[in-house]
Amino acid sequence: MMINRDKTFKTALFICAAASALATLLIFGFLLVFGLPLFKGGQFFLLLGRPWAPGQGMYGFLPMIAGTAAISLLSLVVAFPISLGVSFFLHSLAPAALGKILKRLVQFMTGVPTVIYGFIGVFLLVPLIREMFENGSGMCVLSASLMLGLLISPTMILFFSDGFAAVDKKYIQAARALGATRVQTLLFVVLPNAWRGLMTGLIMALGRAMGDTLIALMIAGNAVNVPSSLLDPARTLTSHIALVSAADYHSMEFKSIFACGVTLYLLNAAAVIAIRRFGAVGKDKAHV
Amino acid sequence: MSEKALKWTDRAVVVFAWSSAIILICALFLLIGSLLKNGWQTLGLDLIFGNAPPLDAILLKRRVFGGLFPAIAGTLLLVVLSVSLAVPIGVCAGVYMSEYASAGLRRILGLCFDILAGVPSIVVGLFGFSGAIILHRIFDGFRPCLAVSAASLAILVLPYLVRTTQTSMQGISPGLRITALALGASKMQNIVYVLLPRSMSGILSGIVLAIGRCAEDTAVIMLTGVVATAGVPGSLFGQYEALPFYIYYISSQYTDQAELMTGYGASIILLCVCLALFLIALGVRKGLSHQVFYRI
Repeated sequence: MMINRDKTFKTALFICAAASALATLLIFGFLLVFGLPLFKGGQFFLLLGRPWAPGQGMYGFLPMIAGTAAISLLSLVVAFPISLGVSFFLHSLAPAALGKILKRLVQFMTGVPTVIYGFIGVFLLVPLIREMFENGSGMCVLSASLMLGLLISPTMILFFSDGFAAVDKKYIQAARALGATRVQTLLFVVLPNAWRGLMTGLIMALGRAMGDTLIALMIAGNAVNVPSSLLDPARTLTSHIALVSAADYHSMEFKSIFACGVTLYLLNAAAVIAIRRFGAVGKDKAHV
Repeated sequence: MSEKALKWTDRAVVVFAWSSAIILICALFLLIGSLLKNGWQTLGLDLIFGNAPPLDAILLKRRVFGGLFPAIAGTLLLVVLSVSLAVPIGVCAGVYMSEYASAGLRRILGLCFDILAGVPSIVVGLFGFSGAIILHRIFDGFRPCLAVSAASLAILVLPYLVRTTQTSMQGISPGLRITALALGASKMQNIVYVLLPRSMSGILSGIVLAIGRCAEDTAVIMLTGVVATAGVPGSLFGQYEALPFYIYYISSQYTDQAELMTGYGASIILLCVCLALFLIALGVRKGLSHQVFYRI
């Protein structure tokens, strides 16, 4: 009787785990099936490099790829130095109380809704950029990257801090005992040993930047063009999906959003696999 | 490096670190400050209930126009539905991962959950949308609706629940793990009476943060049935309003100052909800693990 109940329990748990894992595959399957006509005969790769001109029957999503690449990479450029600085600060320079408060603040920031960043972007940042450069509407790659930089900084800071914390304390004590200052220890002992944490943080932040919809949708301008300057409007893969309003489910225009979905899915899956390759932060070092 | 160069590097790094911290704090306070400065006047019962008497609105006697009540009700219902869908499945899956899965299976399932956690929310929304299309082919007249949104959001937060459950169960000390077993308890009894209660605070903090994600997510619901005006949701299969979508909608479609102000009010409310959930999660579990904030 007891053994039977145990077995049922185990089976029920297994079904839940399998069903959850299945969702991962199911999402990919749905995207593929719905976008199928676009994938036949290697068309997918042709589409990657073509412009978007539905009028002429061209449904390439080069502009969206370029938009996603420009905005997310630029946001990384914005966020990386600040995140590195803040995690230096948190690791060895901050007065204890201030460090504690700042860390809580950073954790809170991971939960701030992206729609709020977007909303403030529309009414605070965009007018500022418009006046500063006196060029266009202010809805551009630069505005979106700045806001997105702020969105992904907390993710980076938390992973960088984890990476720093995972460095063996003996190394740090040895360096300090030899007379190195806090900063020297940080630069020459902690930083070189925390590259895993740095890489993980960077990839996670890039993934979050690529996957975010609302900021780009609200303040990047959404023009379907390959942006050629920071002040050009751009459309990302995510906002392209959000903007679709094709009434006809069989049109190629409608199917192209599934190709965007597949691209995003694969990019993020690649990021996840890369992180697993590097090994989770501190998995093998934290408990030495 | 020479003595002098080292000294200057030292100073430069200190300045760099301090200024980074100050920039981040200033940016955050600038954002929140501008929200509060522009929106604090709108805060009040009018913001939520418009011209309707609050009690009548809550009891659904009177429909609210010009207030946030339908959007708040929609978000609340959405959160309750998706969390009650996701929690049982997610927690059970987490228990399986921690207690039963073999090393190989754990690696494969773990990879699936990591990928699922990384899928952008708009793609999850697209999945829900395509699901609705399929259902539309089977049941005539089926449209994206509250039920589709809830199911999609449940999928979105599933991997967080699995991971928080799994890590907090695996964190239980080996000694405690075998005590009940040594006293003759079965594996199931050990899990239900010892391991689960022991990891409850970790699981709860995961649930609280999952609630936060359901409440704030906009990308999933904009593809799966949320609309700008629908009133208080009356059925699982009807369209509905939600707070985050309202904020998005107002930012591009506001027609007058009053509507814009309502948008500011909605942003403040949503931000306060997220702050409250964050504080609850902290309270539930002091020294919250980073895993909880692990988010793409």
